Amino acid sequence: MAEQMMAADGRTLKSSLNRALRRQKLRALLLIAPLFLFILLTFVIPIGQMLFRSVENQIVSETIPRTVVALADWDAAVDPVPDEAVFRAFAADMMVAVEERIHTRLGSRLNYEAAGISSQFRRSGRDVEDMGEEVTEQFVALDPQWEEPATWTLLMAESDWITEQATAEDEPAFVVSDAAREALPRTADIYADFARVTQNINEDSPTEEQPWHIVYVALYEDLLANPAAQLAAAPAGLLAEAGAAVSAFTAPDIRAAFVDSDEGWGETRTWQTIQTYSPPYTASYFLNSVDLNQTPDGIELAPENQRIYVQLFIRTLVMSLTIMGACILLGYPVAWMLANLPSRQANLMLILVLLPFWTSLLVRTSAWKVLLQQQGVINDLLVWIGLVADENRLTMINNATGTIIAMTHILLPFMILPLYSVMKTIPPSYLRAAKSLGATNWTAFWRVYFPQSVPGIGAGSILVFILSIGYYITPEIVGGTSGIFISNRIAYHISSSLNWGLAAALGTILLVVVLALYWAYDRIVGIDNVKLGG
Amino acid sequence: MSALPIYATTGQKIWHYTFRVIVGLILFFLIAPILIIIPLSFNAESFFTFTPEMLALDPEGYSLRHYRDFFTNPEWFRPLQNSLIIAPFATIISVSLGTLAAIGLSQSHVPYRRAIMATMISPMIVPLIISATGMFFFYSQMGLWMEETLGFSRSFTGYVKVILAHAALGTPFVIITVTATLVGFDRSLTRAAANMGATPTQTFFKVQMPLILPGVVSGGLFAFITSFDEVVVVLFVGAAAQKTLPWQMFTGLREQISPTILAAATVLVAVSIVLLATVEMLRRRSERLRGMTPS
Repeated sequence: MAEQMMAADGRTLKSSLNRALRRQKLRALLLIAPLFLFILLTFVIPIGQMLFRSVENQIVSETIPRTVVALADWDAAVDPVPDEAVFRAFAADMMVAVEERIHTRLGSRLNYEAAGISSQFRRSGRDVEDMGEEVTEQFVALDPQWEEPATWTLLMAESDWITEQATAEDEPAFVVSDAAREALPRTADIYADFARVTQNINEDSPTEEQPWHIVYVALYEDLLANPAAQLAAAPAGLLAEAGAAVSAFTAPDIRAAFVDSDEGWGETRTWQTIQTYSPPYTASYFLNSVDLNQTPDGIELAPENQRIYVQLFIRTLVMSLTIMGACILLGYPVAWMLANLPSRQANLMLILVLLPFWTSLLVRTSAWKVLLQQQGVINDLLVWIGLVADENRLTMINNATGTIIAMTHILLPFMILPLYSVMKTIPPSYLRAAKSLGATNWTAFWRVYFPQSVPGIGAGSILVFILSIGYYITPEIVGGTSGIFISNRIAYHISSSLNWGLAAALGTILLVVVLALYWAYDRIVGIDNVKLGG
Repeated sequence: MSALPIYATTGQKIWHYTFRVIVGLILFFLIAPILIIIPLSFNAESFFTFTPEMLALDPEGYSLRHYRDFFTNPEWFRPLQNSLIIAPFATIISVSLGTLAAIGLSQSHVPYRRAIMATMISPMIVPLIISATGMFFFYSQMGLWMEETLGFSRSFTGYVKVILAHAALGTPFVIITVTATLVGFDRSLTRAAANMGATPTQTFFKVQMPLILPGVVSGGLFAFITSFDEVVVVLFVGAAAQKTLPWQMFTGLREQISPTILAAATVLVAVSIVLLATVEMLRRRSERLRGMTPS
């Protein structure tokens, strides 16, 4: 057996080398780590969050939790409008949401799916605090103690809380006692929300505020279900008296109150929409971004006048392809010339290509805006030459033409530079050889030179295409309405319509397309070979 | 191509010159829009086209009023200031982190090299509108957290958000340029330095850094121009207090177009010419240092 080689420190050479390698790897990773973490935190996580937002739909179950539970068993085929229990749960949820000022947010969320719901939420948000007033009045008529906030805290609070509340300077967060939860479950549940909202949002104390009417409704329900409910903390006889009396109360009609507030609550479609969008995750944003709607009856094509996204995606692709084609046509001759000129002249010419590349995007876009206007330089020139009459100047801006001209100009350097770097490597002697073997100029170019330049065309095309399908600024400024891309729609949903879920879904689709192209680019060219500025 | 051989036929001669004219026209298309705004920015009137006075080269037709407006009107001056605050900080972050990472990536044994590289280049590949959308959600939460938990002022957090976002966008350019410089780097130089007793820090600053400096600087210039030109992300992440020059130009173009925009554009063209010249000079210097003949 061969003797093992030893390193100076007495280890075997193999383990010593392995150790050195490990240390080297570690050092490399330590150098990379800061940037990697930085990019992860400032870039990758935000994008991941956006992807999540495109399917997330927790707003419904978070804003109206009781309604979502009560509505789960409702079947529109059996009962066109949900029963009173659902409406009572909804009134409780709405009361909390109104106090927290989040009910309109849910309204606009559901409005994306069923137009008009938003105003229903807004209108009933104003009316909900009066609903169930008749119940409160009947309780108070029975015993004036029911009007006292202190009665309620005595009934509901944990005894520790009462002692602590009496002494502490800042009122501690309200705690509902287990006994109350057991004896009067619905009342305790909604009273807990009442106490939380009173303390946190209105910065008040539950000991000084009379509960919402909807709390009395819950108490009415609880006592009706269990007239013998008892609580040790309750003032003597109060609950027993109420328990005996509730069966004689006039029952509240919350459903009628809601329908009275807005007729929409009496419609099956409203409740079907809420039921359909109850789950915490939804595909509806993605469906919307391909002009489909998730309706209670399944997935349907959006109404004709609202189908815009498929068309917009197609337009984005077609225009990007047109721009790419224009860049190939214009870039190829320039790159050829660059590759075949003596290096001094080529360098000078390269500067003409690099200057636009380095110039601010907005400068170039403003230049085109100035040039292409109806009263702009190009139209003036055409009128002066006499090609165009003064009264029918060309419309070259605020349409697809404007976008294509400006973006071809902006992206042309991205085609020329990769083409040039490939063409530089094609020996000119090949062309001469082909010609001396009898090929015509065209054959020599088409059969010998062109195939060798294809990698450059591929690299440039993918680069231009990737850049152009995500463009926002230039189409926004020179595109008008017919020359805009999908990215403009994304920006619109972010800043104007505030339909962030849809913006995220559209963005996700665009991202997938770009990443697929990027992967192809990496396979064909290699991301390490991206060249900047020649 | 370069010169026409004497035996060229008439057809070849015609093609030769036609081709040159075509290329000339394409180059004209590339460069003319940028150059035309320069004379237009000296327009004495608030027009976006040449007035008869300008065409007659009458000095009356020209004036510096748009430049005066650009440098005195707070509507333009504030954004310029903001751009000059944001871009350098973003550049410093991009360059320091990017250079370290590029050095790490150029070592011979890096596990998951491709995946790491792809992640770090991604800010350059992902369309800006998507980066902006993602950042919009994330940074607004982060801003709230910084204001409420850390107690920073609203304007400070606004700048921090934009600077971090721009730094992320700028790093791929630093990585690419520095990696390119490191490809030609002779490793035996660092070994020689270590052999002669230099510490790793000394080796880095005295041997490696001077050699890769051109790459670092041109990467920094790319990062600077990325931040200085960027408008989509700042529109989404920044607040009105962080309005940058491109943002102001963008609103100007979209809403009330004023000829001051042409003065701003001309100033930016001058800046880009300076940057282009610097990068070109650095590239040549770097190739000379590494023993290649500059092309």
